[in-house]
Amino acid sequence: MEAFTIHTGRAVPLRRSDVDTDQIIPSEWLKRIERTGFGAGLFSEWRADPSFVLNNPAYAGASILLAGPDFGTGSSREHAVWALQDYGFRAVLSPRFADIFRGNALGNGLLPVVVPVDVVEALTAAVEADPTTEITVDLVAREVRGAGRTVGFELDDFTRWRLMEGLDDVGLTLRHEEQITAFEAGRPAWLPTTA
Amino acid sequence: MGRTLAEKVWDAHVVRRADGEPDLLYIDLHLVHEVTSPQAFEALRLAGRPVRRPDLTIATEDHNVPTTDTLLPIADPVSRAQVEALRKNCADFGVRLFPMNDPGQGIVHVVGPQLGLSEPGMTIVCGDSHTSTHGAFGALAFGIGTSQVEHVLATQTLPQRRPKTMAVTVQGELPAGVTAKDLILAVIARIGTGGGAGYVIEYRGEAVRALSMEGRMTVCNMSIEAGARAGMIAPDETTFEYLKGRPNAPQGADWDAAVAYWRTLATDDDATFDHEVVIDAPSLSPYVTWGTNPGQAAPLNTAIPDPADYGDAAAKASVERALAYMGLTPGAPLSDVAVDTVFIGSCTNGRLSDLRAAAEVLRGRQVADGLRVLIVPGSMEVKAQAEAEGLDEVFRAAGADWRSAGCSMCLGMNPDTLSPGERSASTSNRNFEGRQGPGGRTHLVSPEVAAATAVTGRLTAPADL
Repeated sequence: MEAFTIHTGRAVPLRRSDVDTDQIIPSEWLKRIERTGFGAGLFSEWRADPSFVLNNPAYAGASILLAGPDFGTGSSREHAVWALQDYGFRAVLSPRFADIFRGNALGNGLLPVVVPVDVVEALTAAVEADPTTEITVDLVAREVRGAGRTVGFELDDFTRWRLMEGLDDVGLTLRHEEQITAFEAGRPAWLPTTA
Repeated sequence: MGRTLAEKVWDAHVVRRADGEPDLLYIDLHLVHEVTSPQAFEALRLAGRPVRRPDLTIATEDHNVPTTDTLLPIADPVSRAQVEALRKNCADFGVRLFPMNDPGQGIVHVVGPQLGLSEPGMTIVCGDSHTSTHGAFGALAFGIGTSQVEHVLATQTLPQRRPKTMAVTVQGELPAGVTAKDLILAVIARIGTGGGAGYVIEYRGEAVRALSMEGRMTVCNMSIEAGARAGMIAPDETTFEYLKGRPNAPQGADWDAAVAYWRTLATDDDATFDHEVVIDAPSLSPYVTWGTNPGQAAPLNTAIPDPADYGDAAAKASVERALAYMGLTPGAPLSDVAVDTVFIGSCTNGRLSDLRAAAEVLRGRQVADGLRVLIVPGSMEVKAQAEAEGLDEVFRAAGADWRSAGCSMCLGMNPDTLSPGERSASTSNRNFEGRQGPGGRTHLVSPEVAAATAVTGRLTAPADL
């Protein structure tokens, strides 16, 4: 996956809370067996409305999404992350993310940045007033800078390192294959198998 | 200090623990379906990796499958290609698959329990958020994304941060006519769609203990709708009785060893939870959602909320937006809301006891004029059992449509969808905008309320028939 260190870009003010993954990418798109090409389906129901913010040319090319609390609730579909990335987003800022979405995002190098409600509100107001406003998401310093503010965010050292190096989990885990094999040897014999 | 059920199961599965890193957890059972797996198998293929434990992996076709004319090829070429990809992947990687029309086929969260594969103390994952269902057995079961599906296929493990624990204690007895579905809708309405984020919920208390295994599955299934990845219920005699004799459950001396272990899993008396919520069971009544997320629910005998009653500007806007989408008038009785379609099925309420409850309401009654009623069993086995009891005859005689097994109208990936503006009473788990079809409007209800609604054509509890 693409490494993430410091990203500066313009932002889209979504102004919605409880954005579920059915809205991010409707189920019709889930029939595809590829990993790419989901950007066209991003928020496709909402994009049918000409007044929806993604249809505003002033926000074309923006790479940071500003959202209300509880972003990414519902279905575990990783397609939601693939759609956001394929559309061009590198980071989403929200006061709270759903757990599965957050895990999927971190696994793909889309940075879910938890910032307080008032920070999302201030940044949203700033990019609504001036869509050319740039925001910097700095994973190295673990801070967001924009609209005259600098705000720290939390992310554990291990996850930060993995994102900065662009490492995927499978490769990291397979370094511990001996421990997996040892664990397997100790599992109770009565545990079910699917055979 | 004592440990909770979730902590005991977690601790028993740690393959590797290192400072500052997520725990590496061993996964006992990996359930696979056609929608969230193709990119994972493709990644294995590109990396030249095998499935590490095909004997701990099982697949079924559920999300895309049609529920009529199942002996014909799937008409939608994209759905067909996805199902065919699963068949090829399972054949190539040696994974057991229940394809369409196989007697073992069904919704992934119905198949695991009915085989006895979902057992207490296990770790269970699936590329599907409703994997929380299996927590009803005292398993730690949670939904994962496709990259994690690949990770489990390749390593049979997952790196995970230890979650916080939440107790939801339901005190007292549920009144007659109040179901597991009403209980979980009430819980979600109380804690909100994000209230469980970062937590594993353990459901406790007299009302939970009194639930059947199928009722417990309904409750745990919707934990994710409160933001919790997993919901759990400590195993007890109800659990053991359900499991005993199932095809993949332990037998003989193995059964005794397993039960002895399962009895150690309950939360210790001196264990503490990070958060506790208490629900008063006797105060509950049939619940129904009015909005566009499962937390927007209220007792059926109340009125549609008025945005003016919400002080917080964001909450007010959210309610306004939901009511506009749903086409509802603030202050009107919920029981006046007329529906076009009733859907009974899904991993939440597609099991035999759900169908029995619906049949009990529909027996000797007729579906309201012009109403479409789809009844979709959760698995082919549930279908066969229901037919052996004559439930299909009850449904047909009432004017309902009896279908084959699958996810169906829960998410509308197959031909069973709502049209724009069409309104449903649905026993499924999500009332998101467009969930059952673009522009569709969903009210989540219990099977009993769904069946009573089918009779009157408007949201109705059986007691009011």
